[in-house]
Amino acid sequence: MHGRPRKPSKPEDAAASAAKAQKLRVLQSQFLHNHQNKIFTKEAVELSAKLLEINPESYTAWNYRKLAVEHYLTLSNSNPESHNSIFDEELRVAESALRQNFKSYGAWHHRKWVFSKGHSSINHELRLLDKFQKADSRNFHAWNHRRFVAALMNISEEDELKYTEDMICNNFSNYSAWHNRSVLLSNLLKKKANGFLLKVKVLPEYEFVHQALFTDPDDQSGWFYHRWLLDQTVKVDSPLLASSWPAHGSDVMLLGDSCPSSPFTNFHSDSGTFPLILYFNQAVEGVNSSTVLVNYELNTIKDLIWKPLSANKSQTAQVWVTQLNFNGVEPKAYSVEVSLGHSQGIISSSGFHYNHPSRFAFRVCVQLVEKGPAKGLGGDVILWRDENFHIYDAHSVESSSVISPDQLSIQNDHETTAFEWRTEAIAKEIDHFRELLSLINCKIGKLTLARLLMAHDTMTCQSPNKTFHLEEVLELYNDLMKLDPSHVQYYKDEHSLVLLQQVTSSKESLLRHCFHYRNLTSSHIGNPICVRLNNLLLSRVGSFDKLLWVQMLDLSHNELQSIEGLEAMQLLSCLNLSNNVLSSFTALEPLRSLKSLKVLNISHNEIGTHSIDTTRHLCSSPLSHSAGSEWNTGEIVNTDIDVKSYWEAYFILKDLNLTQLDIVGNAISGEKFKSLLIKVLPALKWLDGEQLH
Amino acid sequence: MSEEEDGVKKEQRKAWREGAVRDRNVILHGGRGMVLDQIWLDAGNFLVDFNYANASSVSPPVLRLAKKDSFESVVMDHLRMNGAYWGLTTLDLLGKLDAVDKEDVISWVMQCQHESGGFAGNIGHDPHILYTLSAVQVLALFEKLDMLDIDKVSNYISGLQNEDGSFSGDVWGEVDTRFSYIAVCCLSILHRLDKIDVDKAVNYIVSCKNLDGGFGCTPGGESHAGQIFCCVGALAITGALHHVDKDLLGWWLCERQVKSGGLNGRPEKLPDVCYSWWVLSSLIMIDRVHWISKEKLVKFILDCQDLENGGISDRPDDAVDVFHTYFGVAGLSLLEYPGLKAIDPAYALPIDVVNRIFFGK
Ligand SMILES: [Zn+2]
Repeated sequence: MHGRPRKPSKPEDAAASAAKAQKLRVLQSQFLHNHQNKIFTKEAVELSAKLLEINPESYTAWNYRKLAVEHYLTLSNSNPESHNSIFDEELRVAESALRQNFKSYGAWHHRKWVFSKGHSSINHELRLLDKFQKADSRNFHAWNHRRFVAALMNISEEDELKYTEDMICNNFSNYSAWHNRSVLLSNLLKKKANGFLLKVKVLPEYEFVHQALFTDPDDQSGWFYHRWLLDQTVKVDSPLLASSWPAHGSDVMLLGDSCPSSPFTNFHSDSGTFPLILYFNQAVEGVNSSTVLVNYELNTIKDLIWKPLSANKSQTAQVWVTQLNFNGVEPKAYSVEVSLGHSQGIISSSGFHYNHPSRFAFRVCVQLVEKGPAKGLGGDVILWRDENFHIYDAHSVESSSVISPDQLSIQNDHETTAFEWRTEAIAKEIDHFRELLSLINCKIGKLTLARLLMAHDTMTCQSPNKTFHLEEVLELYNDLMKLDPSHVQYYKDEHSLVLLQQVTSSKESLLRHCFHYRNLTSSHIGNPICVRLNNLLLSRVGSFDKLLWVQMLDLSHNELQSIEGLEAMQLLSCLNLSNNVLSSFTALEPLRSLKSLKVLNISHNEIGTHSIDTTRHLCSSPLSHSAGSEWNTGEIVNTDIDVKSYWEAYFILKDLNLTQLDIVGNAISGEKFKSLLIKVLPALKWLDGEQLH
Repeated sequence: MSEEEDGVKKEQRKAWREGAVRDRNVILHGGRGMVLDQIWLDAGNFLVDFNYANASSVSPPVLRLAKKDSFESVVMDHLRMNGAYWGLTTLDLLGKLDAVDKEDVISWVMQCQHESGGFAGNIGHDPHILYTLSAVQVLALFEKLDMLDIDKVSNYISGLQNEDGSFSGDVWGEVDTRFSYIAVCCLSILHRLDKIDVDKAVNYIVSCKNLDGGFGCTPGGESHAGQIFCCVGALAITGALHHVDKDLLGWWLCERQVKSGGLNGRPEKLPDVCYSWWVLSSLIMIDRVHWISKEKLVKFILDCQDLENGGISDRPDDAVDVFHTYFGVAGLSLLEYPGLKAIDPAYALPIDVVNRIFFGK
């Protein structure tokens, strides 16, 4: 019940209500009697109409009327005239019910049902809708019914688009009309109907929505339409490869002990296998050994198994990985070439094919094992102390071969021309919004400008005269945090993502975060490079396409409550997430696909503090019927672990192969929990800094 | 980063967190805290009617939806099963489920079942998927799912799936994504999801996704917070949340918070306590709930209490009802309000009930 004032009812009101109630109660029980006994006399049918007039929500009464209609239709054989009079009566009852409550699901469906029975007089329907839509222009039942009627009457989408225009011109503050416009316009664009090309339509549409946005920037009616237009302007339909590991032109050292070259491109593997990662600009399906060809020594490696990196059983993902195995091959350098796009099969979730043939190549150096396998990371205890990290010397010999992050990503030259009209449209929008902001300080103006500037940077990042607006965007998000404190965390998250784009935007800025890890007790020769993104007030992480090469990552002392997307960092073996605000084990779901992860620090977070788990349904578990989540009681019954109380920890950790875990400083702790950890993680050597025996 | 800078950042962070804690304390102890006992008393007197003398002679003790004998209570006679679910879940979240006579409620619920396997909103009415879920949820609350002929109920539901994957509400063929959620949720609770074509069900829901990231009742239908809850909930239960653009939908949803702190269900609409549930649960399922101010929302819900008589209304100073009382309390539970049991955002049942169903035994 909505909008009824809370006031003590006067005695006379209560009496009137009781009398009304009594009348309705009598009607209802008479009706139920008729229904149960299938009585369809004229009086009985009229009684149901009376009931529905008072209470249009009485669904059983609508059902009863449908039964009655079917009863009379059979009686009247196939006399179309009497059929129509039966139908007209139903439409009349439904209409008067709608007058009583035009949000009545039952009444709207009754009308639809009448037409599905073959009633021919649909013309009246549009007049009725006009009336209802004028009285309540946001009634979504009426809009749904309108779509149904328009389809039934074959009204063209162009005409309906015109109708939304009239509604909006009448009052721009009509989200329902803007919504219907987006549906119709995107259909027409998809069909490439007469003159409906995005290139042609996008500018007039921007103009149209400006009228709403600039008249009253606080009215949300046009906000989402504008954002949709912006996405359409930026988005190129067919998916592209954004980056890969190994990157084009890089070396992979296998079974090697040391290698004096760049940490950005080099990788040591004791096992002779390493992952090949493809990072697309959007989620795709259909990555397999026939759509992606991996060649070395003029042979195609057959039967590679490609895995989508996504939670649950989805076969669609932005990041795909396979394992290349060089075990037992002759020690020398091999050139490996990866090509895709030569045949169709990789498809975006919106149904577009990957159709830009592209290739990249890297070298794999297989070396003889001389002194037994080198100790990988995780052999010794890792101490995340500042004194163990030494800034990576950008002027040293090895850094001369460091390539800039730009080169880590794939060049997509063929796209630049298609971007011209898009770039122009965005540039125009930027001018408009700068002008708006010079007149009025409004949140949608700042937010849209921030998004436009980011879009602009993305589109021009491959052109020679590129400009970056990252500083300005960061400033806009800082302003927004003050301007709109209720949504401060939204802006913080956006701010964090932009900050990471800035960190990874150039070789210089990334090198400032690269450190050598050196522990006094460690005998490790090829000192691992640790990317330290600690103490940056990050509430969210991103830019993973630029960080695929990282094996050791420090994200401590931030404000992370999520590590969404981290699953892309397949090479990670040491990860520090301490001193954040991670609040549950399920938030660590991305770690489940990091097969090389050995050292994990999640100390001083909020695991176990919260009663509501915001990632409960995002992680694979029996709750979401996801693959690999079978609640295998047999496996557990034999142990004395209390898995029911710790199911989240169990699901996340059981697939990991950790040797070192720090978990102190979370609400979840205690001896019982520790004994669970030791059982679920058999390879564990260090727990909270103490060596296990 | 230098030690000094490090120290400054740490201070900033500490101050920010302490600020948040302080705000929360003001709300909890600043005079407008939730009157737990009154809500309970109210729920006890107002929802649960032990009076057998009901005009329709078929009514054993039933749950009332509004003041006894009022016009409103008769108008809602047909959806008493929903009312039972709202009222009993509220009581359970308050830890007072034992205030009702379990056996009486269960026997009434079972009398609402039809030969088809579906449940009606009340005795004498027709079966519908809407009331079938409520009946199953009520039985789950009481740990009495074994009362059901599970195959019969799940056959009723799976029989309502259409060729395109959508679900009808009953034999009369109204199609709506609300019914998709109900079917999926109900079958999952009964461990019978394999009885329907889950892929088709998911594809139909995805076909109702809009360009603003939200979902409507049928393809092309406008996004609405209630509908979004249904679609996101169904995708959560079927492990298909990757179909949701979390950032796009999250922005739409977090912008439902208006100045007063309350949430509306669509742009440019008034805030309403019932959206505390629909918007919040959706935001939680996609891990974006931190994008709204929880403190302000808690305050809005508490401001909608009837401090004299208990219960919660749609907006401050409106008349209370069981529907908004449930959504208010469930919303506070999602906001981790002290003294309330936690509720599961997808199954809309207390978490201990859900965990018992999926991890018990
Ligand atoms: Zn409401």
